[in-house]
Amino acid sequence: MSLLDYFRLSKPKTAPLAKERLQILVAHERSYRNQPSYLPQLQQELLEVIRKYVNVEQNAISVNFEQDENQETLEVNIVLPERHSPADKGITVNE
Amino acid sequence: MARIIVVTSGKGGVGKTTTSAAIAMGLAKKGHKTAVIDFDVGLRNLDLILGCERRVVYDFINVINGEASLNQALIRDKNCNLLYILPASQTRDKEALTQEGVGKVLDELSKDFEYIVCDSPAGIEKGANLALYFADDAFVVTNPEISSVRDSDRMLGILSSKSRRAERGEEPIKEYLLLTRYDPERVKNGEMLSLDDVQEILSLQLLGIIPESKSVLTASNAGVPVILDEKSEAGQAYADIVARYLGEDCPHRFVESKRGFFSKLFGGKK
Repeated sequence: MSLLDYFRLSKPKTAPLAKERLQILVAHERSYRNQPSYLPQLQQELLEVIRKYVNVEQNAISVNFEQDENQETLEVNIVLPERHSPADKGITVNE
Repeated sequence: MARIIVVTSGKGGVGKTTTSAAIAMGLAKKGHKTAVIDFDVGLRNLDLILGCERRVVYDFINVINGEASLNQALIRDKNCNLLYILPASQTRDKEALTQEGVGKVLDELSKDFEYIVCDSPAGIEKGANLALYFADDAFVVTNPEISSVRDSDRMLGILSSKSRRAERGEEPIKEYLLLTRYDPERVKNGEMLSLDDVQEILSLQLLGIIPESKSVLTASNAGVPVILDEKSEAGQAYADIVARYLGEDCPHRFVESKRGFFSKLFGGKK
């Protein structure tokens, strides 16, 4: 009996771990749930337009969609290359 | 007009069919004419759980395709004459289910029945989507287990965006939690997610807890819905659930009293 109890006490509790893992995962998955399905394509087309003028990397653009009670916000972030000479402007970059 | 209930979960093996059979029988036993429909085309099992597998002549797909009338396909339950079963097709593939066809069958049933219970297949494919599409209420069957809770959360997302009510901008489907295979002793020992843990993540209205119970297997062996085993905890739990759903005041059981800090920490014995 006392031996059993000893083992019982020393056994790690896994339920709190399960809960923590779930909370993180579910929060992450929910953030994608309400995103409109056009986001990936929007991101791709924006990138193509920007690339006509500035030579940016594939990952230089991020598009985020947020939703709260009253409004939906579409946030577009574009990181421009560090140095871009004025000559770049208006020049069709490759293709 | 009938009230349409979908029994859903995302994950398989958590007790959707057991629950569908039990609550449909419970509603019928309370005097409400009830139909229960198996949406699991190709893998029908509701007929087995209700013990009418040898009486299946026509099925849901036959009715959708106009090969049989609804009255020909509906099987009247042997234990309760207010309960009717519409079995799934075992030979067709799930593409035979169409939104229009399902809608027509549900409309026709609505004229004659008070409750229609839709037993959803696992997964998030066509059968599952159609089972929930027309629903008024959703019974989300969840085990206190991470994969089940995650899948239930995914189903909640689908219920709120892909149902007819969502598409029409009507009042959303009323969602209820049914926590099945619950073992308060293991919860006490910190080995199993507690009701509070699951509630904290899913934030659903609890309709009831069904404790882990041997009688679920013995009932399915015999083809009798477990709710008819009035001596079993699972049977009583389902009877409570039906009563609560119908608006009766029925305190929750099988949760085990809230544990204090120390008993939680040391898992005190009963």
